Amino acid sequence: MISTNEKLSARLRDAAAGMNLRLMEVCGTHTAAIFRSGLRSFLPAGIRLVAGPGCPVCVTPPETVDRAIALSRLKGVTIATFGDMLKVPGSASSLREERGRGADIRVIYSPLESLEFARAEPARKVVLLGVGFETTIAPAAAAVAEAARSGIGNFYFLSAGRRVIPAMEHLLKSGDFRIDGFICPGHASTVIGLGPYRRISRNFKVPCVIAGFEASEILAAVVELVLMIRDKRPAAVNLYRRVVAPRGNPRARRAISEAFRIVDAEWRGMGTIEKSGYALRRGFEAMDAGKRFEVVLPPPREPAGCLCGKVVSGAADPADCEFFGRGCTPERPLGPCMVASEGACAAWFRYGRFGPGPEAEPGKDTALKNQPDYEKSGLRI
Amino acid sequence: MEIIELEGEKAVVSRGGLKVRADVRFIDRPRKGDYVMVHAGFAIERVKPERAKEILEYVREMEELK
Repeated sequence: MISTNEKLSARLRDAAAGMNLRLMEVCGTHTAAIFRSGLRSFLPAGIRLVAGPGCPVCVTPPETVDRAIALSRLKGVTIATFGDMLKVPGSASSLREERGRGADIRVIYSPLESLEFARAEPARKVVLLGVGFETTIAPAAAAVAEAARSGIGNFYFLSAGRRVIPAMEHLLKSGDFRIDGFICPGHASTVIGLGPYRRISRNFKVPCVIAGFEASEILAAVVELVLMIRDKRPAAVNLYRRVVAPRGNPRARRAISEAFRIVDAEWRGMGTIEKSGYALRRGFEAMDAGKRFEVVLPPPREPAGCLCGKVVSGAADPADCEFFGRGCTPERPLGPCMVASEGACAAWFRYGRFGPGPEAEPGKDTALKNQPDYEKSGLRI
Repeated sequence: MEIIELEGEKAVVSRGGLKVRADVRFIDRPRKGDYVMVHAGFAIERVKPERAKEILEYVREMEELK
């Protein structure tokens, strides 16, 4: 009996004949799943998957880490955040190092835990360092709203939330390199739905497919993207309907918009992207840790030679970095892409030792958009 | 994960014996026995088990169209 994956692979080989495509998996969880499943080895020559900016820890700029570190050094301050953030290098230290020096830094599973800390220890100032995309920012918004409702005066929020769509649009607008299609996040899409991808496919003529995290689901997304490119009918398709509703989750979006306003935000390696971040709305300023505490920050500094900034925007593969596996490993990361479980470098390191998979050459006829080739963007596997 | 206990917005969800707390405020009319995707301690969306075979259906459609 022929398996689903074999059927999809056969269809893909047939549909992709003669094509050279770069497809971006936006979400870090997809990157990890692609490597874990060995999916790249099943792709035909000419189909190349590149990791995108959907790893929240990876795109958090050093200045945010520096601010959290500076806050953690203040007397009576507790920092609450997700585990991956601890190892992310700031300009001169990391939260893990600070914890080793005695700072009160606590790993949380849910943003609501930070409220429990604040309630239990009213003498401490509890700062929730909120990183993540829509799926994580909605829970953070719930925590902010609950703190306001309950009048918890010792809860503060440091905003590092990001919106996935402006980053995708930014990559397409920048034209630094070609993206022929997007494998869209399974998690963030539960909140935002299919609509924003419809706009991307319409405005940029680039197809988008929302995918689940099983190998067959990602492979099906690749097949669908290739078919849309071949037939020159770029659209937005949801292949994760058992979880993602076409309209997303309006309750989660409402929670976000009640707590936050949309602002321009800086992304590691990608610069400032318009309307891509969140700041607390008027009425919640009292809990804005970025404004309520005066701290001195070191000049922001990326680890010298680290290519994480290019990796998150698909402009470089992890193996292009001189430190990859040589001085930068998941145990001793230099940059955030090696830290996070969703980071492209960590996935390459853990699962990609047997080669990066087939490479696509810039195609003339197959792409919907002919943008500058990979040479300019520094890709060289 | 399956909602096995529910009180207002607070739920306990379970998968394979693992039980964790989850907030269900983003789910419209949650019920015990619902399957949900949980992220950062919150149920973010209801999972539709009736669509579990969507990729098999996709392959079937793909073969029919070919």
